[in-house]
Amino acid sequence: MTIFSLIIINKAGGLIYNRSFHEGGLSKISTNDYLVLAGTFHGVHAITARLNPLPTNNRLSSSGTRPDPPSGLEILESENFRMQCFTTLTGIKFLLFSDTTQTNVDTIIRRVYEMYTDYVMKNPFYQLEMPVRCDLFERKLLSYIREMNSR
Amino acid sequence: MSKVAANGGGGGNKDQIPVVVGGSSSSSGGGLRYPSNGKTIYHRPINRSKTTELSQASFAYLFSEMVSYAQRRVTGIQELEKRLNLQGHPIGLKLLDLLLIREPPRSQTRPLNIITLLHFLKNNLWTHLFGRQADKLEKSLNSEVPDQYMIYDNEPLVNAYVSVPREMNSLNCAAFVAGIIEGVCDGACFPATVTAHSVGGKEEGEMWPEKTVFVIAFQPEVLERESLIGKG
Repeated sequence: MTIFSLIIINKAGGLIYNRSFHEGGLSKISTNDYLVLAGTFHGVHAITARLNPLPTNNRLSSSGTRPDPPSGLEILESENFRMQCFTTLTGIKFLLFSDTTQTNVDTIIRRVYEMYTDYVMKNPFYQLEMPVRCDLFERKLLSYIREMNSR
Repeated sequence: MSKVAANGGGGGNKDQIPVVVGGSSSSSGGGLRYPSNGKTIYHRPINRSKTTELSQASFAYLFSEMVSYAQRRVTGIQELEKRLNLQGHPIGLKLLDLLLIREPPRSQTRPLNIITLLHFLKNNLWTHLFGRQADKLEKSLNSEVPDQYMIYDNEPLVNAYVSVPREMNSLNCAAFVAGIIEGVCDGACFPATVTAHSVGGKEEGEMWPEKTVFVIAFQPEVLERESLIGKG
């Protein structure tokens, strides 16, 4: 059970954070490729959100509450890795790459989101939509993932 | 119109606030009343839940906005720290009075020498603000500045979520707390300059990367007075 890397994409499709936690597992790509990957995934995610096979004829359900909007791509699994995407209500996407045996990815990704809200959003020096450069976030994230990987 | 005025006059006579002599709580009639146990509204916090704790998240957002606000009109790091310091100063002035009135009546005097003042800061002020005492109290060992005092805080609450960017690494947002300390010192007639400095984070894997020291430099007249008291 290993977590390979984390990518955070802002609501415009720009890459604002990427960090790999494990050597090997995923092949290394350049920073430029990461930016392209983030943009591409953003587009693919938007398309998958529209590809909803279920009929949506009644916009409001009988109880009067609005149904959840279609969420788009959530999990992508291949022979060698598994990618989970978590979209926040404000449209930020967290992509977590792990190996296929990793359990509790949901919990881990939520915990990462929690750290993001704590150490990035509460930081007076962070500018919205800009790349994340916060020492505390980095430190807490690394120690959390290291603990997860050493289990 | 005249009727109202007459009413007001009559009422004023009856409801005159009695002058309380010697803080007696047994004054009869209307007016200012003291509870029989002597505790006024100043003796307990407004928030009366069991732990009297406030949300750290809302404080973090508020403080974050305070820092951005202070940052908007400054050119340098020193100026930014000065502004944060100024935001804390009035809080300190007022807290001194509040914390003293909450002391038991016997020890309700303001600190009269430097040591009591420092202990008051370390114990009372820190417990009131952060729910724990400060971690260490020290006197400067440097012979060039022999009369500086240091209060250490291993993880300042205000910096819990603040990561200072690398190009501003001399900044410490605990300058706000330094301002509060300065306010308390000024209010107690110990005029001083208080600054906050980061001392942690030098090496990897350190236990307290956010460790902060508050350096208190008293004005020379305070030290002069202190030496005179010491003799007498």
